[in-house]
Amino acid sequence: MSLYTRRLLVNRVNLLVSLLAMVFGLFWLGWILLTLFEAGFTALTPDLFLRTTPPPGSTGGLLNAIAGSLFMAVAGTLLGTPIGIMAGIYLAEFGRRGWLAPVTRFINDILLSAPSIVVGLFIYQAYVVHVRHFSAWAGIMALALIVIPVVIRTTENMLRLVPDSLREAAAALGAPQWKVISLVTVRAAKAGIITGILLAVARISGETAPLLFTALNNQFWSLNMNAPMANLPVVIFQFAMSPYENWQHLAWAGALLITLSVLALNILARVFFRNKTPVY
Amino acid sequence: MSTVANTIGGLSRGPSDLSTVSKAIPDASLRKQYRLDQLFRHATRAFAFLVLALLVGIIVSLVVGSLPALNAFGLKFLVTPHWNPVTEEFGALVPIVGTLVTSLIALLIGIPVSFGIALFLTELSPAWLRRPLGTAIELLAAIPSIIYGMWGLFVFAPAFAEYVQPLLTRTLGAVPLLGRLFQGPPIGIGILTAGLILAIMVIPFIASVMRDVFEIVPAVLKESAYALGSTTWEVVWNVVLPYTKVGVVGGVMLGLGRALGETMAITFVIGNAHRLPSSLMAPGSSIASTLANEFTEAVGDLYFSSLIELGLILFVITFVVLAFSKLLLMRLAKQEGQKT
Repeated sequence: MSLYTRRLLVNRVNLLVSLLAMVFGLFWLGWILLTLFEAGFTALTPDLFLRTTPPPGSTGGLLNAIAGSLFMAVAGTLLGTPIGIMAGIYLAEFGRRGWLAPVTRFINDILLSAPSIVVGLFIYQAYVVHVRHFSAWAGIMALALIVIPVVIRTTENMLRLVPDSLREAAAALGAPQWKVISLVTVRAAKAGIITGILLAVARISGETAPLLFTALNNQFWSLNMNAPMANLPVVIFQFAMSPYENWQHLAWAGALLITLSVLALNILARVFFRNKTPVY
Repeated sequence: MSTVANTIGGLSRGPSDLSTVSKAIPDASLRKQYRLDQLFRHATRAFAFLVLALLVGIIVSLVVGSLPALNAFGLKFLVTPHWNPVTEEFGALVPIVGTLVTSLIALLIGIPVSFGIALFLTELSPAWLRRPLGTAIELLAAIPSIIYGMWGLFVFAPAFAEYVQPLLTRTLGAVPLLGRLFQGPPIGIGILTAGLILAIMVIPFIASVMRDVFEIVPAVLKESAYALGSTTWEVVWNVVLPYTKVGVVGGVMLGLGRALGETMAITFVIGNAHRLPSSLMAPGSSIASTLANEFTEAVGDLYFSSLIELGLILFVITFVVLAFSKLLLMRLAKQEGQKT
């Protein structure tokens, strides 16, 4: 075999392997989605949305868990987003000199990928231990702490895409800096910032680990902020690990619901801002 | 980079001279705007400080929480394999080994596959397929980890036990020395299963970093190599990869950081056994799975603070790995700025 044919052969084989790697990746996505639809679809009945979680052996739905999850995700986002946007503004608009911005950026990127179970431990140590009970408040705090780094990261990135000439034009018209930022740059980057918020919501709606030590779970309908609150991920965890068949069915239905909403949020975020949005 | 918008900020050098500046600005409304500017800037800075405070808070609360265990066991905690709530003897060796081994398996499988995917997305894929395929791979990262856990326990593990594990025991298990790792009853759950599922979970992270850094290679470099007669593979292996190696390692470290802290997926499939696994087929436990399983049920101060110390160890390990990743990626970004 001549050198030339060998090089061509190596090229072909390696490119084929690369194609297989791509198929390998898509294969798992397909398999997981297929499983979810197969096992979860039959359990998608009106009861799921109308009745609360049952004791073992009887029928019921996931109403309290769905409501609790929605409520805590919304509250966590409302709490975390303003903090994230403000810090992101500092990094993008005021952080061009000085030590604080680079250090914050560095730490924020680490917190972005830090294990979420540690966030749960932190809230447990900082809040739950002192009030001596698991509560919806603690869950919301833990989720907000996961929202903050995501929002900071996207806000800063999106503000940096706004051309300086826009800021200069506004400043030349005599606008003070706070007006330049809040009425011009943030508005110009609005689509990107909303994308970041959507991604943050998607991230926290599936988080289980931080809720285990904070909101825990509640078998009943509860809106008491100082009591444990039901939520889909922890219900799925408990029901899936249980030996009762009706609980496992509900777990699959819940898993399908969560996955569909998370994937929908992700796709929505990408459509909303047609640009590369990093997953990390 | 400094903007004209900062000219107003230019007046603000030294916050103490507010009165002089106020005098220098004759108009009352201008003075008001200047104060609002100051307020706005300090408010945003306070929120940036909050991020640092958060980090300090996490570390302090974990250290305070683990003080009883630190006092009782000292450094021995790291190398003791016992975990006995009844006699209150605790050591972190088993979870630490479990965490490191599963993450290592995840990287061994995840790195080549991610490289293949990144190569496909940047060099092979037709342009119209790039976005949908890239999004599909990123969606793998969006699926919540508890879904991976459920799917792993109920679908993947039985299939793995029936078809793959006997095959591995027959083939790899027959290899001297290494073979011991693949012996044991095919029960589906265990260290190897956990590592495999982790691999699927880290692929999107590593692949998307690799794709992003492959894309920054200047076209001129690649075109020069092609013009000299290189094949696509030779361009990727000899030009793209050396140019981006720092970023690739950064991406791998990011994936490792994710793998180390992964909780729910592992909790479902690792088997949660507190003994040193003799083979990859055996059940074990990881730091995160131990926490998820035992934290709410822990009784006694020492048990409790040993669990918190596990959390502290996990946080320190991931912090170091992620910091390393970030430094490497920053180095590549700097290099990009200089060369193009």
